[in-house]
Amino acid sequence: MKGMSSIVKKITQLLSGMIFLYGIYIITHGHLTPGGGFAGGAIIAASLIILVLAFGGDELTVVKRKEGSSVTESLAILAFLLFASFALIIGTNIFFHNYLPEGIIGNLVSAGVIPLYNILVGIEVAAALFTIILAFIIYKEEISK
Amino acid sequence: MEIILSIVLIFMIIGALFALHARDLLSALISCGIVGYGLVICFLLLKAPDLAIVQIVVETITLIIMIAVVLDSTRHELEKTAIEKKWKSLINSKALINVLITVIIGIVLLYSFRLAITHLNPFGEHILRMSEAYLYGGADKTGSANLVTGVLFDFRGYDTFGEATILFTAAIGVLTILRIKGRK
Repeated sequence: MKGMSSIVKKITQLLSGMIFLYGIYIITHGHLTPGGGFAGGAIIAASLIILVLAFGGDELTVVKRKEGSSVTESLAILAFLLFASFALIIGTNIFFHNYLPEGIIGNLVSAGVIPLYNILVGIEVAAALFTIILAFIIYKEEISK
Repeated sequence: MEIILSIVLIFMIIGALFALHARDLLSALISCGIVGYGLVICFLLLKAPDLAIVQIVVETITLIIMIAVVLDSTRHELEKTAIEKKWKSLINSKALINVLITVIIGIVLLYSFRLAITHLNPFGEHILRMSEAYLYGGADKTGSANLVTGVLFDFRGYDTFGEATILFTAAIGVLTILRIKGRK
């Protein structure tokens, strides 16, 4: 897969980091403002996808990235399951029990385990979408050889 | 608000119909985009910003990928094939029956819809008692200011875990199908 022109490359370099930061903001403020793990993860995946589309498959060594994102995705969902089943050990025997202190409503650090779940789901969604795109690109590269 | 919603919905229907019948694949994709972004406006009008954010991001990613695929392949749809000609002759012979069936089903659906909406509350008012419990007690129970996230990760945490597992399964499925090494 070829890259695009140098104008597109430069603008993508400038914008991609800001889109990534916006995704992180959406994820970490998921329990305060609209948004959350799914939306923020999709935004982060978009910031990586436009990099791949603008620079092409060769310059970023796509195969290694695919391994990394696949492992990240699997670890994120495993951590999500572990955090959820940790409530079975601590205190009450309820799956998905909110076992951390809730804090003051409206603070950034509040709502117990919900921000942690948000972050893990965000990592999972971003890595899964990015893995799917990279799998398509690698398949096309291997077919065209 | 319902008038604006109806106008947006009419635009979405026009976009979907044009996407079906467009000869150029790129214009078909862009009219698909009309449907998706119209849905975003509907979500915003119905006061669901969480859904609107997810919809706008996913729609943009899908459009970008599909446009990249279309620009990389042959842009124009192939001209009428033999199958299409065969379909056309079939349609001509059975056109009357098809139209009759469509009209009858449409009348039945409209009648049952009219029967169903007579006992509903006005548009936008909640009906279930459960939703009142979520609305007025959810913030205190979960400690989350955004009620949607509170419901998603506390009351319906198991459901959210299933959704995340679906994404995981989708990624594994794509990786399994699209491999060349190791497949014979």
